Amino acid sequence: MNTSFEWEKPLEELETRIRELRSFIQEQGIDFSQELNELERKAERQRKQIYANLTPWQRVMMARHPKRPTMLDYTGLVFDGFMELHGDRAVRDDGAVVGGIALLDGEPVTVIGPQKGRDTKENLARNFGLPHPEGYRKALRLMRQAEKFNRPIISLIDVVGAYPGLAAEERGQGLMIAECIEQMSFLRVPIICVITGEGGSGGALAVGVGDRILMLEHAWYSVISPEMCANILWKDSSRAAEAAELLKLTATDLLRFGIIDDVVTEPLGGAHRDHTGTGRQLKAFIKRHLAQLKRKNTGALVEERLQRFRQIGAFSEHTRQQVAVEEPDTAASEEGAPDDSSGTENDNKHTPDKKVGGGYND
Amino acid sequence: MLRVFRSKQKYATVRPKSEQPVRKDVPDNLWLRCESCAAMIYRKELQKTQHVCAQCGHHFRISAFERLQTVVDADSFEALAPLRAQNPLDFPAYEEKLQQARERTGLEDAVLIGTARVDGVRIVIGLIDFAFIGGSMGSVVGEQLVRGFELASSREVPVVIFSGGGGGARMHEGIFSLMQMAKTSQAVGRFRQTGQLFLSVLTHPTMGGIYASFASLGDIILAEPGALIGFAGPRIVAETTRQKLPDDFQTAEFALEHGMLDAIVSRSDMRTTVAKLLSYHV
Repeated sequence: MNTSFEWEKPLEELETRIRELRSFIQEQGIDFSQELNELERKAERQRKQIYANLTPWQRVMMARHPKRPTMLDYTGLVFDGFMELHGDRAVRDDGAVVGGIALLDGEPVTVIGPQKGRDTKENLARNFGLPHPEGYRKALRLMRQAEKFNRPIISLIDVVGAYPGLAAEERGQGLMIAECIEQMSFLRVPIICVITGEGGSGGALAVGVGDRILMLEHAWYSVISPEMCANILWKDSSRAAEAAELLKLTATDLLRFGIIDDVVTEPLGGAHRDHTGTGRQLKAFIKRHLAQLKRKNTGALVEERLQRFRQIGAFSEHTRQQVAVEEPDTAASEEGAPDDSSGTENDNKHTPDKKVGGGYND
Repeated sequence: MLRVFRSKQKYATVRPKSEQPVRKDVPDNLWLRCESCAAMIYRKELQKTQHVCAQCGHHFRISAFERLQTVVDADSFEALAPLRAQNPLDFPAYEEKLQQARERTGLEDAVLIGTARVDGVRIVIGLIDFAFIGGSMGSVVGEQLVRGFELASSREVPVVIFSGGGGGARMHEGIFSLMQMAKTSQAVGRFRQTGQLFLSVLTHPTMGGIYASFASLGDIILAEPGALIGFAGPRIVAETTRQKLPDDFQTAEFALEHGMLDAIVSRSDMRTTVAKLLSYHV
């Protein structure tokens, strides 16, 4: 299978030349090491150049790479002794969601996440990684189980979206996602969510509420896929690349917005080129964040989780009256915002809403 | 012959005046055709029937203001302080779209929310208006709903939300829109702890991110007859599955049959039903 992208072609040509030169040196015994070094330096420069400057759409394609590690790869790459636990205890076992118990350096954790197939056969069995309500119900069951046994939850997310199908609608896809979101918000154990590939809308958020939201470098996360966005805007899903720019769906964007906490750097060239390296890196990030979370007491943990989401939103208050001032520092730091130039609006973008109860609560 | 011809000609060109002006003065919007049964309905008549077709019972979409009047006690509504949307992604033409929607609906964003009374019972009521960018949930809708739940908590009163025309996500706000699903669901979760009633009423259409968050989390979930209710849009489902879908797919009746609703309540019965349910939870 050809697994390289168009934009990697110049690099691949260079890599081919290096290989050829190496074998030439070996066969002929002529010293071209200076030329070889030169080429290798050039390739290294080009590699950095290419992968540091990927467009949002190129990142989306990286996130969808067929060789990218999946949930079941990570259970072996990051954890030990994974034991898969099946079924939602209501309808069936949804193969599009995998969950179970594993060890993170000896500590039991619950691992859940959507599972894409790694080949056609598996994709059919796993419905291309598109969960039905029972998949989310299974995830929720395992998360509640984790809470009972005080196990941290690691949610690894790679899903285009919840399955849009007749049976899924009959069995309450929307209700199940809502229930997952609500219940996950109040679980009394540390939760780390990692967008490892695709973070597609409600289907991702259903298992995406946590104390830490991490994202792999070339993952995407948005309210709508670039294709559907392009379809709505221009009735043309082939313009997905443009839509990907508009949606600000990369890890860099979401870190800047304060939606995610950390970006897990991938090996140069992407996770699909080096599963082991990706796993090692992800494990280090999860361990670091989990150590921080475990220092918090349970009440504070849940409260901070709720506050984190409570504060997300881009809006402004309407009148000067409501700007009045419980937190003068906040108001001052926001003066530079464009909408604030009139002095009549209080810019609330990406910042904690300090005035809850102030404007209307009398 | 000639005289006869002339007289005929005169006769043909003269038309009784009484017939003409009536037609000219009929405004185009005096009558409308029912979207469901194609019956011609006199608009003024429709207002009297709360925008329900007298022939077939089809529930027309109504604005948040109109719906408010059908449910709460007269002059009892007090709105929360309005909030104004920003454009966090710098999404092209979003400001213009917002401005047009504001002018068209008279709303600041897609939700009308505040305190009111129903048969004297104090509640927080929220109504989502489809005419405002499809009733989609951006940051303002999310924040206002959360404030509504918080206000209801502090006053210890029930919450009633009509997800009238919840189109789902506000694409223009990208990830910020998605996060409102978490924010509002958590607000419901917190409100649960107060022991007060959250009554969620689904009206046409309640889909996507609104259905998959707070709207699904009501202690009691009602719907208007024929309302489109579901997660994925019916066209997406049809395209993805290439499956023959039932005629009533994703209607309120379909949802009721599959156990996703407590009851279907017609618009004319809504006020008394809401009042009755509130009275059981005082």
